[in-house]
Amino acid sequence: MKIDLKNLSIKKAHEAMMSGEYTAVDLANAYLENIKEKDGQIHAYLEVFTDVLEQAKVADERIKNKENVTLLTGIPIAVKDNILIKGRIASSASKMLENYKATYDATVIKKLKEAGAVFLGRTNMDEFAMGGSTENSAYGVTHNPYDLERVAGGSSGGSAAVVASDMALVALGSDTGGSIRQPASFCGIVGLKPTYGAVSRSGVMAMGSSFDQIGPFAKTTEDAEILFNFIAGRDELDSTSVSFLRRQESSSDFLDPRIHEDDRGKKIKIGIPKEIMKVEGMNPEVLKNFNESVERLKKLGYEVQEISLPNLSYSLAVYYTLIPAEVSSNMSRFDGVRFGLHVDGANGVEDYFKTKQAGFGPEVKRRIILGTYILSSGYYDAYYNKANIVRDLIRDDYKKAFEKVDVIITPTTPDSAFKIGEKINDPIQLYLEDIFTVPANLAGVPAISIPSGLEDKDGKKLPLGLQLFANHGEENILFSVAKSFESN
Amino acid sequence: MEIKDIEKLAKLARIELTEGEKQAYLKDISAILGYVDQIKGVLAGHETSPLRLTEDLIAPRASFVSGLKNVMRTDANENISGSNTEALVAEFPRKENNYLKVKKILEN
Repeated sequence: MKIDLKNLSIKKAHEAMMSGEYTAVDLANAYLENIKEKDGQIHAYLEVFTDVLEQAKVADERIKNKENVTLLTGIPIAVKDNILIKGRIASSASKMLENYKATYDATVIKKLKEAGAVFLGRTNMDEFAMGGSTENSAYGVTHNPYDLERVAGGSSGGSAAVVASDMALVALGSDTGGSIRQPASFCGIVGLKPTYGAVSRSGVMAMGSSFDQIGPFAKTTEDAEILFNFIAGRDELDSTSVSFLRRQESSSDFLDPRIHEDDRGKKIKIGIPKEIMKVEGMNPEVLKNFNESVERLKKLGYEVQEISLPNLSYSLAVYYTLIPAEVSSNMSRFDGVRFGLHVDGANGVEDYFKTKQAGFGPEVKRRIILGTYILSSGYYDAYYNKANIVRDLIRDDYKKAFEKVDVIITPTTPDSAFKIGEKINDPIQLYLEDIFTVPANLAGVPAISIPSGLEDKDGKKLPLGLQLFANHGEENILFSVAKSFESN
Repeated sequence: MEIKDIEKLAKLARIELTEGEKQAYLKDISAILGYVDQIKGVLAGHETSPLRLTEDLIAPRASFVSGLKNVMRTDANENISGSNTEALVAEFPRKENNYLKVKKILEN
């Protein structure tokens, strides 16, 4: 039987499995066939698991016996390679962890296992999530399904590419400065970075601990919302995780988009930061598409107004100060002693030097060295402390803005997907790609990227994305506006 | 910044770098520092406030920014002794029985 994967959603697949139209094994087989056919060119998976059909059989048993069946039972999902699944390799696309087998389940994985999801494989990424193109993977770049000469984005490029090319129905990624939203935008799908603390970080490899969040990739906002609601919530194993009561209250009706009102019956207001017009290097097509999106939202009945985020232009400078600092601390655990790669030197200390030299790629080393400088006693005040203060100012900007509006919109990226190799030798050029995405991580607010159109470039159609921000814990407003945008 | 600064940082970070890597990172890091230097300007006129940890990002809206607090848990042993030993030991790069094997640090 032929399953129409292109137009498949979680709800449709769920209903088909419940009615017996097809089984979880049929569905898994359809994805496995698609992977076999397409992934040779795209290279989005680092590994396709060998027990996918066994997992699907277990899901089918659950469905047959009507035993704890959830919307995700039997749903095929791909997982970024920095999220731990017990007993399986989790390499973070690094030589450092090439053969490392996870010793426990990440909390999100535990929840998805309980829900009965079927894990298809682990997806390619920039090494330890550092980068915006998957070109920093130690295992080769992921190609954009819309144009194989271009990047899929990053760092969660593999997860975006598998969903965009129907090699998984949904996927998990992680977002530290845009690593879910930017690849979602480049690949024409939906990607959500939840509120900091909304999803447990237990079992995701730490990059920037005060920034990292796990989030969903999907073809539609509805699917992203379903997956998000399964993985969100307070977790004892992550002291920074919290429960957002408002979302939980509204989760029962999450399949009914409220078009113009939030769940308290208040009219949703949308703000456009005037500072985005000053961003350098913005593709005119992106700006044109953004203005069209604004018109679409106005036609839908939203009130749109200009707002100001005065410190927005400092976001990247703050981000690329704090991130190397956190990276240099977090990466120090990879020393060849307890797990991962070990390279022998003349003595114990030399083992560290040789292991790190062999195990880490250029971007990881660059950030460790830079972070070591930023945290050194002579420069700690000048860089790290100052950046933290400016981070507070940026958060204050958002706080003030959300007193006036409910949602803030920007383009997701200043340009569509770039060519493989185009920016790899210029770290600053690559960092500038993150201009619209890093502020959400600095302020800890949720942000979603949704497809907003296609740009014609070199005879190919390249996706563009619209990014929506809301206040802490207000993912429900993002979903509501995103769904009404999608349906028009 | 000079090559010897990169060498010192690499030593602090316990990473061995090739000559080529040192040259490349000197160039890249100088450029990145040149870019991030702009944050110094934004603080002109602002009193320097004490370092705030970023934990308050998770605080609900009411206590946003000012709502710093530590999150504590009971100081108790959460795991059953030995329940994770096998999986953890399996990941040791070098081992002897259930022990992690490391190099001798004292001379005879």
